[in-house]
Amino acid sequence: MELNISLSPEILFHIGNMPITNTLIGSFLISLAIIIFVLYLNRTLSKDKPGKLQNLIELLISEAFDFTESIIGTKEKAKKIFPLAFTMFIFILISNLITFIPGQAAITLNHGGETVSIFRAAMADYGLVFMMTMITVILIQVVAVAVHGPFGYIGKFFNFKSPLSFFLGLMDIVGELAKIVSLSFRLFGNIFAGEVLGAVMLFLAPFFIPLPFLFLGLLSAVVQAFVFAVLTVVFIKLASEIEEDELVEQASM
Amino acid sequence: MDLESAKMIGAGLAIGLGAIGPGIGEGIAASKALEAIGRNPEASGKIMPLMFVSMAIAESTAIYALVIALIILFG
Repeated sequence: MELNISLSPEILFHIGNMPITNTLIGSFLISLAIIIFVLYLNRTLSKDKPGKLQNLIELLISEAFDFTESIIGTKEKAKKIFPLAFTMFIFILISNLITFIPGQAAITLNHGGETVSIFRAAMADYGLVFMMTMITVILIQVVAVAVHGPFGYIGKFFNFKSPLSFFLGLMDIVGELAKIVSLSFRLFGNIFAGEVLGAVMLFLAPFFIPLPFLFLGLLSAVVQAFVFAVLTVVFIKLASEIEEDELVEQASM
Repeated sequence: MDLESAKMIGAGLAIGLGAIGPGIGEGIAASKALEAIGRNPEASGKIMPLMFVSMAIAESTAIYALVIALIILFG
């Protein structure tokens, strides 16, 4: 027996030239499950006699909305950003938690002489995490352009008032690029490291010893989903704010 | 030294050195948060999520080191 860990997701089969990986199937199944659940919930909604499930979901959503509002400040902004952030939270949370269902790693498929597990933690695929990060980062730029105007947005990076502010403006570009790396690597690294740690511990000691590490993985699965959504909200809040001296500038123009 | 053992040493150094700073930082964050909760237990609901977020941000440098180590080992 030897450890079998790869950074990229395993390929299950090909459709034409396109490789179908196990994380792709996993994320599609999770999306499908969420959509079906939401459609079912939507059909059973009632104003007069809300069921237990409806009460639970409403409580969850209203608490999450209040929390978003407390971060971003105003209700209008919270209404705009809440659907995206909450969808990301739910998707990441469910795809992280689904890997803790026992027995699913035993379902395998034979591909080119290798046995490949059909399910793998969806967030342990850098492609998916990178795309979600790009959605956030592009949205931040769009919000910044909408708030500051195109010239104000470019002026933030190329500032010729003094050598120091020119340098700081250039550093801002690096800061924007670093957001891509920091947001995506945080989620990917945590989940992938959790998977590797679990595999190594199972390899070293099959019984009882891996349990505390599984608990740690459970904690980080919830916390990382929360952190990704909260950071999305915080970045958009930072992009949508107008600083005071800028207000003075705009008033004097 | 052959390539394989150099890789092992490199991965160990990367995560070992990279984990020092975030370890200290997260300890400071947790101790300050617990101090604040001790002073004002009613505010724990507001402090806890902020503590988790700031700890996750402090952790990110350790995660970079970890990703580098994993790429060296399995990439």
